[in-house]
Amino acid sequence: MIIRILGEGQYRVPESALVELNELDAAVQTAVDTGDRAAFHDRLGDLLAAVRARGTGVPDDELTASGLVLPAPDSDLADVAALLGDEGLIPG
Amino acid sequence: MSISRRLADLFRIKANKALDRAEDPREVLDYSYERQLEMLTKVRRGVADVATSRKRLDLQLAQLQQAADRLQGQAAEAVDMGRDDLAREALTRRAAVATQMGEIGAQRDALTGEEAKLTTAATRLQARVEAFRTRKETIKATYTAAEAQSRVGEAVSGISEEMGDVGMAVQRAEDRTAQMQARAGAIDELLTSGALQDATATTAGRDDLQAALDAARGDQGVDRELAALKAGRSVPAVGSGPQPRAVEAGPSDEEARR
Repeated sequence: MIIRILGEGQYRVPESALVELNELDAAVQTAVDTGDRAAFHDRLGDLLAAVRARGTGVPDDELTASGLVLPAPDSDLADVAALLGDEGLIPG
Repeated sequence: MSISRRLADLFRIKANKALDRAEDPREVLDYSYERQLEMLTKVRRGVADVATSRKRLDLQLAQLQQAADRLQGQAAEAVDMGRDDLAREALTRRAAVATQMGEIGAQRDALTGEEAKLTTAATRLQARVEAFRTRKETIKATYTAAEAQSRVGEAVSGISEEMGDVGMAVQRAEDRTAQMQARAGAIDELLTSGALQDATATTAGRDDLQAALDAARGDQGVDRELAALKAGRSVPAVGSGPQPRAVEAGPSDEEARR
């Protein structure tokens, strides 16, 4: 699966890593749902670290849409809410 | 649904909208390519803007460092003359300058990070735009109605996501640069007209602290001359006494003038 980290680029992650990534993704989601800013920051950091560790960078000349798009490492809850709430934030 | 899936969907929807609007999917290829070239220009301009702002902060840091050094020297001079009050004033100002330097240094580092990220993004986008152009020509050359929709869609959604990502990065860098510029403007004002100005003025005469130091040194000189008169010795010739700008004009200048 191709996963994009916003501001960083795309990673190709093997199927074998998806169970682990889904768990980490769920933890991020829980932090979003409970509005826990500190937890969001930490869990997102865990998830991004796992994607970087398990994935390999997609070459620059490859054109592929991503299955998952993850917020940038320094995003906070408000940034994410803005991204999801207002499509206008995503140009292109 | 997790936010990472929802984000991916948002990008996909965005790309598909363009496709749905077009009567002929091939139009989308050209339209998208134009947008890509615009985005490339934008991201390159973003890199240049961030670099300019970063250099401005570098310059301010150098000016503040000069101010700090000068205040340090003034404090030492005041202590030598037994004027702890002036020394304290100089050190207080120096602390304020140090605080500013810390904040500006942090901003400079943040901008350096943005600059590096944007530069990488520009390189990546450039490569992908090139790949898109090649694919666009291939699709057009071998175009059949049946395969058009999916092949165009694949190419466009791949690049569209990249564009969205880079577009946000540029936006963010612009925001940061704007914030920084407001702040840098305030510091410039401080440097030219406020509390720090006295300390950094190198050509426009002496600052108030320096004036106080010079006055103190002048008093000491008069006291010394008075003591010499009382002791029945001759007063030293004019010119060999204390000079108001003794910090800058050392004894070597005196020697040269004779």
